[in-house]
Amino acid sequence: MTYRALFSWLTPQIYIPSLLMAPIFQILLFAYIGRSAGLESDEFYVIGNALQYAAIPCLFAMTQMIGGERYQNTLSAILVSPARRIPLFFGRAIPVVANGAFVSAFSLAVGSLILDVDIPLSAVPALAFIIVVAAFSCTGLGLINAAISLRVRENAVLSNVIFGFLLIFTGANVPLSELPNWMATLSGALPFTHAIKAAREVADGASFASVSVLVGTEALIGLCYAAIGYALLRFMEVQSRRYASLERS
Amino acid sequence: MKTFRLVGVGWLYHMKMISRSPFEGVGQVIYPLFFATVAFFVFRAGDSPRTLVYASLGAAVMGMWSATSTTAGGAMQRERWHGTLELLVGTPPHFALVLLPVTLAMATIGIYSLVATLLYGHFLFGIPLIVVHPLIFALSIVGTVLSFGALGFVFAVTFVRFRAAWALGNLFEYPVWLIGGFLVPLGLLPGWVRPISWVLAPTWGMNAIRESALGGSALDDLLLCVGLGAVYVALGIILTERVLRSARVRATLSLS
Repeated sequence: MTYRALFSWLTPQIYIPSLLMAPIFQILLFAYIGRSAGLESDEFYVIGNALQYAAIPCLFAMTQMIGGERYQNTLSAILVSPARRIPLFFGRAIPVVANGAFVSAFSLAVGSLILDVDIPLSAVPALAFIIVVAAFSCTGLGLINAAISLRVRENAVLSNVIFGFLLIFTGANVPLSELPNWMATLSGALPFTHAIKAAREVADGASFASVSVLVGTEALIGLCYAAIGYALLRFMEVQSRRYASLERS
Repeated sequence: MKTFRLVGVGWLYHMKMISRSPFEGVGQVIYPLFFATVAFFVFRAGDSPRTLVYASLGAAVMGMWSATSTTAGGAMQRERWHGTLELLVGTPPHFALVLLPVTLAMATIGIYSLVATLLYGHFLFGIPLIVVHPLIFALSIVGTVLSFGALGFVFAVTFVRFRAAWALGNLFEYPVWLIGGFLVPLGLLPGWVRPISWVLAPTWGMNAIRESALGGSALDDLLLCVGLGAVYVALGIILTERVLRSARVRATLSLS
């Protein structure tokens, strides 16, 4: 089934409130909390939350791309086909990355306009690339989430919980230096952490070359998650054949 | 008396159902803790005179609102999906008395969230549990729950024609947190936002809870919160009448 058929949020009734308006309100909420607490600038919260909000489309869409097939009773038909699994699963991730990047870019643009955050035009190409890498990285995590969702019935709760962890750990709202050591260490292995740092530096005038290590690390983290997600999906596939558990839960 | 019994039984029934739902029960209690954690870190790191106690109370009420807003929007939709909407509308009691307990139950679940957030802040962040006026604090929580339930009731009726009412309910989570002054003093918001805050019962509920906990005067805020809640219920009943009349005339009750 197609991306449009599987990801039900693409209808304007859901897309506009959930993926275009909600991130703007998230940005405003944390920017004002930052002002209230006297911590960091508006730019810090606009960039952090705009990038981190890509987690919603990436996690939910990736889960629906796999779980939706099961819900529509088409997953078993796909898994008995001889189709190669890598294009089958990773092909589904491409529109998810594109949509996640669009949501991030839209949130960054509108959030900057509302809060009068000045991002130099020269930084836009680098920011666009960083946003795509961040969306890719989170889609890798989404693939793991999708595999787990083949066993966990309440995948919306699971996706929300992962989103919550990313909100705390990635430095979107809390500077990493303010987190306890173990949290700051863990944040280095999560999607968005390096991308958010790179985006903030680029917005402050740094060149893309100077943040290329951060962007590369973010991409590598995404690849690792994608590989784990793929392995987990194959594992679930094998398990479902062995225990007839594909339609269960 | 029959009315109170109906609302009470409906409330209990829906409380039982919600507390067994992973999304509405567990999810709505855990999810606000993530936002509370961010708020605690931000306020701890910041140089504002506003304390962690201020943030703790605000974050606690955020959870109460989350429990209501995300699920109330789709309350009528859910009955439609279950195929029970026509049966409920056809029962002798007014439909508002059937729907109101649903959103009151959702708001009541928020008390779990409030307690969990306060305890979470206390044990993990060392935020003192200060309640200077316990009785008024308890009354403020009850008044806030009632007004949240009433606002959720208005949402449920207003969004009934939207197929994805839950998305609208979700959307109103952040704005009410912001405009209600849960973590941001209203003075920091643009001037045109303040009149919107004044007609929102959560603003006064938040004030009442915070003032009663910190030793201020909470009664006026509490009265405004409950008063606005009563206005929401009246508004919800009027809207219910209009929506049902329209649905009967156009035969659209089970549509959308």
